[in-house]
Amino acid sequence: MTHLEQLPPWAAIIVALFVAIGATLTLLGGVGLVRLKSFYQRLHAPTLGYSYGTLLIILASMLLFSLSEKRPVVHELMIGIFIMITTPITLLMLGRAALRRDRDRKLGHDEVVPPRNRAEPPTEAETEDPQP
Amino acid sequence: MSRLVPHPLLSAALVVMWLFLTAFTLGHLLLGTLIALGAGWSVEHLHPPKPVFRRWLAIPKLMAIVAVDILRSNITVARVLVLGPDHPKYHSGFVELTLRMRDPNAIAVLAIILTGTPGTAWIEFDQEESRLLLHVLDLRSDDDWQSLIRDRYETLLMEIFE
Repeated sequence: MTHLEQLPPWAAIIVALFVAIGATLTLLGGVGLVRLKSFYQRLHAPTLGYSYGTLLIILASMLLFSLSEKRPVVHELMIGIFIMITTPITLLMLGRAALRRDRDRKLGHDEVVPPRNRAEPPTEAETEDPQP
Repeated sequence: MSRLVPHPLLSAALVVMWLFLTAFTLGHLLLGTLIALGAGWSVEHLHPPKPVFRRWLAIPKLMAIVAVDILRSNITVARVLVLGPDHPKYHSGFVELTLRMRDPNAIAVLAIILTGTPGTAWIEFDQEESRLLLHVLDLRSDDDWQSLIRDRYETLLMEIFE
């Protein structure tokens, strides 16, 4: 760990702050997955780690390795770009799947789902009463 | 140009990425270019709607607004999580909005923004009626969200894409 000692104090403080805050946000997102009540609420929790959790840790990593290797290190931007592109797809699919499930059959779920708005020919969902 | 390099922006970005992840040598430049061209050709076969950037200047502005909004939303959601979901001050729910945008690329960017913002989750989008269903963790009133998305994001996105 010799290269860490050459780090100027201001950089060490910034890196430590960014990593600590980013990790705390990500941890809070994980805690939220447990604490929140409904599936749709839980969709919000991981985005803490997805947005600023990732961003702060990436910035800290870029700063640390750029200074200790004395050249700009920007590999981490790739991680950021790929996380930025891929995570919404997963969350979108999960959200839509849950919505579809809750509209078709209520599985003792906790949040009221808005009905489909488009004028549709009456399906069996409208003609028969949902039995609990 | 367009036959050989159907997606110049995508291919250029892939070459740059390849050189970042490896080392800058002539061999890697050639290999990266080949891969980027191949990727461009395969994307062309998917027939995606081609993005047209009308105003480049609005992009940094949008990014700055989004960065600030996501930061504020992070703080709000972190507070909700610390106080607990049962706290009476917060209640979550669905919001329905109508979008004016028609460009699929602009809508995709809006989806990334809204999903990336903690506190809003993009649930469903009805393309025929341009109706968007959002789930909001800290809900105050429906009108706020319609005007917030229209004024803050949609206007800028329409400037960029349409």
